[in-house]
Amino acid sequence: MPAPAPRRADLDARRDRWFAHSLKAAALLVLAVLLGAALSTLWGGREVLIGHGLDFLASSQWNPVAGRYGALAPVFGTVVTSFVAILLAVPLAFGIALFLTEIAPPWLRRPVSAAIELLAAIPSIIYGMWGLFVFVPFMAEHIEPMLDASLGQLPVIGALFSGPPLGLGVLTAGIVLAVMIVPFIAAVMREVFLAVPTRLKESARALGATPWEVVWHIVLPATRSAVVGGIFLGLGRALGETMAVTFVLGNAYDIHASLLMPGTSISSSIANEFNEAVGNHRSALLALGFLLFVVTFFVLLIARLMLRRLARREGAT
Amino acid sequence: MSKSLSARLIAVIASASMSFTAAAAELSGAGSSFVYPVLSKWSASYAQIGDQRINYQAIGSGGGIAQIKAGTVDFGASDKPLPSAELAQFGLGQFPSVIGGIVPVYTLDGIEPGALVLDGATLAGIFLGRIERWNDAAIVALNPALALPDSKITVVHRSDGSGTSFNFTNYLSKLSPEWKTKVGEGTAVDWPVGVGGKGNDGVAAYVGRIKGAIGYVEYAYAVKNKLGHAALKNAAGQVVRPGRESFQAAAATADWASATDFNLIMTNAPGNQAWPITATTWIILPKQAVQRERSQLVIEFFRHALNKGQAEAEALDYVALPPALVQRVEAYWAAEFKH
Repeated sequence: MPAPAPRRADLDARRDRWFAHSLKAAALLVLAVLLGAALSTLWGGREVLIGHGLDFLASSQWNPVAGRYGALAPVFGTVVTSFVAILLAVPLAFGIALFLTEIAPPWLRRPVSAAIELLAAIPSIIYGMWGLFVFVPFMAEHIEPMLDASLGQLPVIGALFSGPPLGLGVLTAGIVLAVMIVPFIAAVMREVFLAVPTRLKESARALGATPWEVVWHIVLPATRSAVVGGIFLGLGRALGETMAVTFVLGNAYDIHASLLMPGTSISSSIANEFNEAVGNHRSALLALGFLLFVVTFFVLLIARLMLRRLARREGAT
Repeated sequence: MSKSLSARLIAVIASASMSFTAAAAELSGAGSSFVYPVLSKWSASYAQIGDQRINYQAIGSGGGIAQIKAGTVDFGASDKPLPSAELAQFGLGQFPSVIGGIVPVYTLDGIEPGALVLDGATLAGIFLGRIERWNDAAIVALNPALALPDSKITVVHRSDGSGTSFNFTNYLSKLSPEWKTKVGEGTAVDWPVGVGGKGNDGVAAYVGRIKGAIGYVEYAYAVKNKLGHAALKNAAGQVVRPGRESFQAAAATADWASATDFNLIMTNAPGNQAWPITATTWIILPKQAVQRERSQLVIEFFRHALNKGQAEAEALDYVALPPALVQRVEAYWAAEFKH
């Protein structure tokens, strides 16, 4: 009489295989979608990419009338606004997450956490409207004249902060982006900080560590890769953000040293012009879309390499 | 209760299927967003009298042209006329539908709205970045009575591709050789200076918020946002103010007689009272036998709109075509779209 046990094992094995296959399919689907999107923008942009060659990357001229397209200004605007946003958002999000996990009294944690999650759920068009109607006039009347008069007069960094107080521009877009991505980064950081075993933290405290030392020597090393993952999430959103940036960036195909001057970004250029674009113009916009993939890939690659070097140095000491 | 619910459900399904059968006879159009408000108004009132529905999608002129060429809609609408050779190649015809004016708007401390006078060459100088301050000699010469401040001019243009930009840059190209060679005309151009606002709303918002700003919007947006709009010196050398009379004068005096297929941009029209930046949107539809029946339905709709829809257009700050031009359009239909 055959025992039921092997049959049961067979069944389990088959189920396991199915399970593994379906998991693999789900993961491969992501790759397929990414590849499909990249290839279709590449195909749509082929006319301009082939016709203009390297000029498409190196030229800052964007002239639909003459049919000449250069992506330098949108790429520059995308990278600089995202950089400003990350520079402002990471310390802020770090502070919020630390406060909520380590310092805040329990009754305050829940409402503030809920508020952060609500902020993350606000659609970007709302940030755009707020940026245009509230924040831009504020920047134009208060912040930018002050920056121009103080930092703008300094020898080297002065070039970054001098210019007419339009309110619109790279700095304003960077700040609005920072406000948008803070909730994402802070929410991820808070989750991973909470996951640090209490035993480790309590041991450090028992050894006489201050809250700062607990964070710096215990919490952060234990969660570093997750923290960086949260920052990547924010960075990805900043690089691709469209509507909010379109409202406050000024939409001018220029490259200025000053953060107070208007610029443009890849995604806002596409959103602005796609509707009325035909022929080569449409091809140029699709090529820009492909370039956004490339830019995002390289930015994330550089960030990852920096992280690896950081980890190696840490290992050496 | 469940009975009434199911009864209601049946009623809903029945009405949905009824509206579906009505939708089968629906005419469809696509294109310019400039005419969208007035087209939807016209089609709503036309549906009440004629039981003919028109579904219009404001996907942009470029999209409208592409769709009518592909034959996926019954008519297209474009802010830019197609040349006759292109129309012939695809078996299409076109005619103007409604008139709108584009006005320079500004925000300037101490200068009353509407007090400023400009001309095409000066406007081109400002948009080229050649005229940088409000008390530039060229502006002062046109406005001897105004105390113009020594402040910087901030140029605001459209960031999105638009027919408004096309007509505005066409006007500047006609008046300034430098603009023509350096920038040219188009729905999106390489603006030498300034910031870009998305849509008429975006430009109006920027001009309203930046002191010393100048931009251009459709007339309705200048009125709605209470922006100061400049008077312009026209081709006849007269200073004219934007409004129904000056827009209609431009359409009436433009040289339609020598334009085939209405392929004529109305900017810088010659009349004494003509507003120099006046625009229209062209309706494009096929002449081929296959779709002639549906084209006839489209023409009947526009026949009604052009003859009876003036009041509705004007309520939305558009201007109806002058009667002489409507006659010309009807003659074109009779000649080109034979039964």
